[in-house]
Amino acid sequence: MAPTDSDLSGRPVVMDVFRFLPDEETEPRFQRYEIPYRDDDVVLDALNHIKAEVDATLSFRWACRMGVCGSCGMMVNGEPRLTCETFVNEFHPEPIRIEPLAHFPVARDLVINMEDFMDKLPTVKPWLVPADPKPIEEGEFLQSPAQLAAYKRFSMCINCMLCYSACPVYGLDETFIGPAALALAQRYNLDSRDGGKAERANVVTSHEGIWECTYVGDCTRVCPKEVDPAGAIQMAKLSYATDWVKSMLLPGG
Amino acid sequence: MAGVEVTAESRPATPLWWLLFSAGGVMSAFFMPVTVFLTSIAVAADWLDEEELLDAVRHPLGRAYLFLLVSLSLFHGAHRFRYALVDLGLPWLGRRAWLFYGLATIGTVVCGWFVLRL
Repeated sequence: MAPTDSDLSGRPVVMDVFRFLPDEETEPRFQRYEIPYRDDDVVLDALNHIKAEVDATLSFRWACRMGVCGSCGMMVNGEPRLTCETFVNEFHPEPIRIEPLAHFPVARDLVINMEDFMDKLPTVKPWLVPADPKPIEEGEFLQSPAQLAAYKRFSMCINCMLCYSACPVYGLDETFIGPAALALAQRYNLDSRDGGKAERANVVTSHEGIWECTYVGDCTRVCPKEVDPAGAIQMAKLSYATDWVKSMLLPGG
Repeated sequence: MAGVEVTAESRPATPLWWLLFSAGGVMSAFFMPVTVFLTSIAVAADWLDEEELLDAVRHPLGRAYLFLLVSLSLFHGAHRFRYALVDLGLPWLGRRAWLFYGLATIGTVVCGWFVLRL
C-alpha cells in the first residue's frame, strides 16, 4: 500500500551534504543528516536547521531567503538551484544531495570561490557607457516602454552564478567569460541610453566570449530570474556578426 | 585563479564562420528534408516525374538552390563538428579551424562544379 501523506510527513528529511575543508582534508566527503520534516520548508531552511540544531560546523552562504540576493545557489540533486526557492517536499522522502555549485573551486563545504566570476564581470563593462557625455543639468535619459522592453528581461540577473554551474562550456574551459556576464553585456548593448557596444566588442567577441558558446541552453533552463542568457548570447552573435558584415562591405565606414 | 586574460588576437573570420553555420542550420533543418523527400521518395514513388524535377533543378534558380543547400550545410556541419570535438575532449583537433572549413570549402567547390554540369 502506498504511504499516505501523514505517513510521509512523519519521515525525516534525509540530507547528504558535501563537506570539505580544502586546507585540512585531501578529499571531500558526504555527511548524512536526518532532520524533522516540515511541509513548507525550503532546502535553505533545512540547512539552517542543521546549522542551528545539529552541526554548527557546516558552512554555506545565504542572505535574503527570498530569491533576490543570489547567494544561496547550490547543487540540489545535481541541479544548480537557489536553495531558498527549492522546497524540500519536491524530494521528500527521498534523500536530498547538496553540493557546492559545480565548476567553481570550493572554499569550504558548500561555499564556493567566486573570484573568477567577479574578475570577469567588469571586463564586459556592465554599466551604461553613454555615447555622448550628458551633464546632470540636462536632466535624465528618457526611455520609452518599448526601449525598456528591449533589454528588461536581461537586466533581471542577480549574479547567482547558477548559469555558470549549468554551462558545459564553462565546465570544460574556465576562460569562457560565461552566460551571466555576456548576457549583461548584451543587456547594456540593447539599452537606448548606452553607446558602449564597440567598447565591449574587444572582450565580448574575443575567443573567450560569445563565439565560445555552443547554445546548449542550460543557462536559460536553470536561471531563477528567467534572464535567458543563451538567447542574449545568440542575439549578441547576430548583432556583432551583422556589424562585421557591414564593416566588410563598407571599409572605413 | 585563472582570472581574465582576454587575448587581443584578431579573429576576423569568426563571424563569417558563424553566419555560414547559422545559414546552414536553417538550410539543413528546413530545406534538406523537403529536398530529400522530393528527389528520393517522391520520384521513387512516381509522385513526381524525374524529368520534370531535373528541368526544375537545371533552371538557374534551381542550380543556385542546390548549391546553397549543399555548401551551407557543409559549413554548418564543419562548424558543429569542430565544436563537438572540443566538447568531447579533443580541443587540439577541434581548434584546427582551417581543417574543417577547408574541407567544407573543397566540398563547396565540388558542389559548384557538379551543379554547373547538371
